[in-house]
Amino acid sequence: MVKGKVWKYGDDINTDVIFPGKYTYTIHDPNEMAQHALEDLDPGFATAVRKDDIIVAGKNFGCGSSREQAATCLKFAKVRAVIAKSFSRLYFRNGINTGLALIQSPEAVDAIENGEEIEIDFDRGILYCKAGTFNFPPLPEFVLGIIEDGGLIAHVKKKIAQAK
Amino acid sequence: MGKTFVEKVFSKKMGRPIKTGEIVEVIPDIAMSHDNTAAISMIFREIGVDKVFNPDIHVIVLDHASPAPSEKYALNHKIVRAFVEKYGIKNFYDVNKGICHQVLSEEGFALPGKIIVGSDSHTTTYGAYGAFGTGIGRSEMAVIFATGIIWFKIPESMKITVKGKLPEGISAKDIILHIIGNIGSDGALYKSVEFCGDAITDLSIAGRMTIANMSIEMGAKNGFIAPDKKTLSRLEPRAKTDFEIIRADPDAEYAGELEFDINNLEPQIACPHTVDNVAPVSAVNRKKINQAFLGSCVNGRLEDIETAASMIRGKKVNKNVRFLVFPASMKVWQEAMAKGYLATLIEAGAIVMNPGCGPCLGAHEGTLAPGEVCISSSNRNFKGRMGSREAEIYLASPASVTAAAIAGKLVDFREI
Repeated sequence: MVKGKVWKYGDDINTDVIFPGKYTYTIHDPNEMAQHALEDLDPGFATAVRKDDIIVAGKNFGCGSSREQAATCLKFAKVRAVIAKSFSRLYFRNGINTGLALIQSPEAVDAIENGEEIEIDFDRGILYCKAGTFNFPPLPEFVLGIIEDGGLIAHVKKKIAQAK
Repeated sequence: MGKTFVEKVFSKKMGRPIKTGEIVEVIPDIAMSHDNTAAISMIFREIGVDKVFNPDIHVIVLDHASPAPSEKYALNHKIVRAFVEKYGIKNFYDVNKGICHQVLSEEGFALPGKIIVGSDSHTTTYGAYGAFGTGIGRSEMAVIFATGIIWFKIPESMKITVKGKLPEGISAKDIILHIIGNIGSDGALYKSVEFCGDAITDLSIAGRMTIANMSIEMGAKNGFIAPDKKTLSRLEPRAKTDFEIIRADPDAEYAGELEFDINNLEPQIACPHTVDNVAPVSAVNRKKINQAFLGSCVNGRLEDIETAASMIRGKKVNKNVRFLVFPASMKVWQEAMAKGYLATLIEAGAIVMNPGCGPCLGAHEGTLAPGEVCISSSNRNFKGRMGSREAEIYLASPASVTAAAIAGKLVDFREI
């Protein structure tokens, strides 16, 4: 079970406002990426975010660029999960591959208020907020395997080691 | 029941019938990366294999911040060059070549029926040649360098039919902005979009690239246009390998079918700060602009520069405007020079820049200050995209960009 404070945003939060393009080829340290998280959406976020905080957003979260740092920067800002009405396909893949938990639940997004504390039970797929309890669907087994190994790179390293 | 394009392309690759919803692991035909190859090479090193699985499927193009605008970018490029050298990647194009998607097209890597992945969201562009092209992340590209393999879930397909005859001066960019404005930035989320209809087949290959390129801006996984005689005559002198044309079956099943009539289409413009915030230019305030940007992977091709040159001949760029022109590749640059387009543009007061992504992603060569307004022929107008988060970006066709550069404000190009 995880408990965190909610940062709530709107629809179509794109990768440029999550992690600006001007840093994409010059910052390689994930902790430095975290310092620029949501810089062009909510400039105060990166300094105020606390471990296990949760981002809640509307439809099409992470639309735009393929830049994986838009997932990495949130993971290293210690964001525990992003709950959205829907995710862009590239962001969804990058989330899985970097091990950032992404939950799709339009009903929960409508119910959750900015600033409230919510709890997530990942094992059972249940989310508890002030307005009530919401179930979220499990991911395909193949994808869960990647997340359980801690992201794509750890997953592939494990497979390579097993093959040897 | 027949199969969609995406089902057929993956069935061929896997050697067995593949259906929507299945998860498959494949070795792509081409894997493209650009300046981000430096970061990818670091992840590759972390995986710990001692060689690249197949150097020949990789194509690397330096374009996003080229030539390097600062020491950090220079180091980034240096890392890429060393990686290319060490692992024997022969398909490498340095900063003098152009934008990756244009280069892969010119060099004959973008071919019908191929599975092409790129660590760049606009990899959807290759759908203009009948390929399956889609963007992937850096870790995924590093894994392809190490193992050759990537997984895909076969998406549902959507059919968009565009009918009618384009009015004079209206272009592919107006069509795709109109579609995105109608269906929204997630209107094709996670879907394989097949574009068809007489208005699509009437387009040049450059125009089709504009359409396929911006499929991602409505959330699509890929955008597909069936190859025809035009495609084949363009590919004939340049195809790098053999290829097989793959089209959807006539009785394929689609998750959605839409139809657009463009007979009376007006010039379209996407207003700040989302690509789906589209209106006819005539309905937008005649706002003063500071910069006009002609270029990018969506609209930096010869016909785009020809449009700008023919409109501006004998006229001047407005004194309050910086008109930046970026041919999409050195080949386009040379052709535009030979035809006199660049001389015309320079004579009018435009600045002709080197081939590359330019200011599109806010890295260099024309970034915006707070309060500035830019009209751009590129594909994204997100807040902060081209520099200051207090700047405004309007997206439109090359004709609309050129008209604004002359008038100093947003105008319907038919007034110029």
